[in-house]
Amino acid sequence: MSWEAPVLEVDPLLDDPKTRIIVCCGSGGVGKTTTAAALGVRAAERGRRTVVLTIDPARRLAQSMGLTHLDNTPRKVAGIDESAGGGLHAMMLDMKRTFDEIVEQHADPARAQAILDNPFYQSLSAGFAGTQEYMAMEKLGQLRARDEWDLIIVDTPPSRSALDFLDAPKRLGSFLDGKFIKMLMAPAKAGGRAGMMFLNVGMSMMTGALSKVVGAHLLQDVQTFVAAMDTMFGGFRTRADATYRLLQAPGTAFLVVAAPERDALREASYFVERLAAEDMPLAGLVLNRVHGSGAAGLTAERALAAAEALEELAEANGGAEAADPPVEGKDDGESPTPVPIQVIDDSENLPHRSIVDRDSGKPDSEPPAESLAVGLLRLHAERMQVVARERRTRDRFASVHPEVPVAEVAALPGDVHDLDGLRVVGERLAEGQPTAA
Amino acid sequence: MSAQQRAVQEPATPGPPARFHIVTGKGGTGKTTVAASLALALAGEGRRTLLVEVEGRQGIAQLFEAEPLPYEERKIAVAPGGGEVYALAIDPELALLDYLDMFYKLGRAGRALKKIGAIDFATTIAPGLRDVLLTGKACEAVRRKDKAGWRSYDAVVMDAPPTGRITRFLNVNDEVAGLARFGPIYNQAQAVMRVLKSSETAVHLVTLLEEMPVQETVDGVAELRAAGLPVGAAVINMLRPVVLDDVAVASAGDGNRRAAIARALSQAGLGGARRGGHAERLVDPLLEQAREHAERVVLERQERAEIAALGLPTYELELLGDGVDVGGLYRLAESLRKQGFAREEAR
Repeated sequence: MSWEAPVLEVDPLLDDPKTRIIVCCGSGGVGKTTTAAALGVRAAERGRRTVVLTIDPARRLAQSMGLTHLDNTPRKVAGIDESAGGGLHAMMLDMKRTFDEIVEQHADPARAQAILDNPFYQSLSAGFAGTQEYMAMEKLGQLRARDEWDLIIVDTPPSRSALDFLDAPKRLGSFLDGKFIKMLMAPAKAGGRAGMMFLNVGMSMMTGALSKVVGAHLLQDVQTFVAAMDTMFGGFRTRADATYRLLQAPGTAFLVVAAPERDALREASYFVERLAAEDMPLAGLVLNRVHGSGAAGLTAERALAAAEALEELAEANGGAEAADPPVEGKDDGESPTPVPIQVIDDSENLPHRSIVDRDSGKPDSEPPAESLAVGLLRLHAERMQVVARERRTRDRFASVHPEVPVAEVAALPGDVHDLDGLRVVGERLAEGQPTAA
Repeated sequence: MSAQQRAVQEPATPGPPARFHIVTGKGGTGKTTVAASLALALAGEGRRTLLVEVEGRQGIAQLFEAEPLPYEERKIAVAPGGGEVYALAIDPELALLDYLDMFYKLGRAGRALKKIGAIDFATTIAPGLRDVLLTGKACEAVRRKDKAGWRSYDAVVMDAPPTGRITRFLNVNDEVAGLARFGPIYNQAQAVMRVLKSSETAVHLVTLLEEMPVQETVDGVAELRAAGLPVGAAVINMLRPVVLDDVAVASAGDGNRRAAIARALSQAGLGGARRGGHAERLVDPLLEQAREHAERVVLERQERAEIAALGLPTYELELLGDGVDVGGLYRLAESLRKQGFAREEAR
């Protein structure tokens, strides 16, 4: 039984002036960035002033939007049809730059410099797992605050797990509010108070243990850093919370992006549940790279059986006189000349059978129609197996999450690296159903 | 395999065998599957391998259809010929406590540190430290010997972070350099780095024959080489069979051939070949699929050339039609063995 999920209507979502933020999330390698970019192009050409915030896009995809390097500012994308009154900007997130800017904005110059020069800060801003997620949130908050765009489309970082993006503000918060930070700052703050005596003994034991492990100078770096950042911590926390609430607000729509594969959909499932738990508004699932067939009526089994029948026929004839075609197909003209077909037979899905040697263009031979037909039928059988497998995977998701609207995007044979390619993806997204491929 | 094996190159220099195999690749290329197959392939002939994961995704357990892995080395599979595969999900927090315990006998103080959030701080916030712990734990397993002086594992295979992050992940030295110029973390990073840069280690890159994964592989190899990390093999994963190539498909397009194909389909019992007949109506959609297929074949040929230009030993793994299950892992492991992976890369 095939479970029909409601269709995700992309155009109404893009057109609705109340939609202000679209967040694309999902596991790596499912076409998240492409989806975000395609949505951006489509929204812009449908009249919305749109900005796409991408994180580490593939080079050629970035080039398709005119982004050649990280510069952390939205750049206008050329080649967009602006006749409907919209426009497109795009930017790549530079997390270190974003972090530096926050420091520069929120601390006086001397203090800012002290922070920027701190070795601990330097590694933290460039490296720590989570900085990227947090900075993406920060940037989103900034873009929203500028209010120059009707619609912000965010591509989430390729996290090790889907959860990191949502966790970033909380993680930062719990870090900043943690006892550990308080303890690190205590030597500077608590000096001399008698009531702190007991606590201080405990702490010096702790810091003693810590210095032993991480080294005293590192601990010192951290302490200096924490002290310098002290005044800014409140601000971080406040903004992280504000962005988090912004994500929960009605103007935000989350799109979970996946491919019709088991792992990607498992991750998508996880994400759908997580968004619900966090009260984040889910608009639906974008299922990329879905295969269809223009000859869906012909099952894989029949196609394979037909291919085998043709091969047997060819073998039986052994290059001799052609057999008469079946009555139905009897027609005038020359009858086909079967030629032995070099198909390595196996009815299963095993690889490496091939009727053509891919390295030689074999100029002498036009493959006989029968062997072409066998190839076509085998290809079709394979396609139908893919279609069936994808449907099973998709149905499993749909039965667990029957309420989640789905837009299916038909697979493209190649990669997308220009605006036209993005337009095609946008159209397919808007159709919501894979066109017969 | 025959058609595929021609593409496989011999490794340039058969140096000392790698024992620490780090498997990376773009997201979605099947890193975990390849790492697991490799661990199985290397566990032949009574050998013992350890498969580790570092990103807390429990991908190994899912793949082997097992319960989530604890922070503990446990046997997860038996290889043909009596070998054993052990698996370990390295948790950075527990690795830190482990480390504290091992080197500083900090059992209780360690727990106290955990309580106040220092462990949490160290493993999630402190940059580089987390990676030192993860790679450090794996290196420890590579080096470990039992009381009789035998290696605990013949090989260790790591399901590592994706290509985009792998160099930074492995280059722990640089990461902690700004932080720790001396002291215990610095020493630990040095020790880890020595193992990682030695000929005992090989970083393998998994790719598909698609543009973005290949581009990432090419970039990743350049980054690894620049950082002085030993690049191992390229593994082309999820390879689909070539049924019809562009030449064949181009020849199928013209009018006469279409009629002949329709007749052939009809002969195969798929209905009438006349215009409007059932077989005739199949020709267009089938040819359309063939054109897509051919386009992909051409693209794959270009991508394969890019991989070949890297000059790495290259291995190829078929696409498993119905997704990867345990049986599929054994098939992939067998395929790697047949292509000589266990021999060339590890022996």
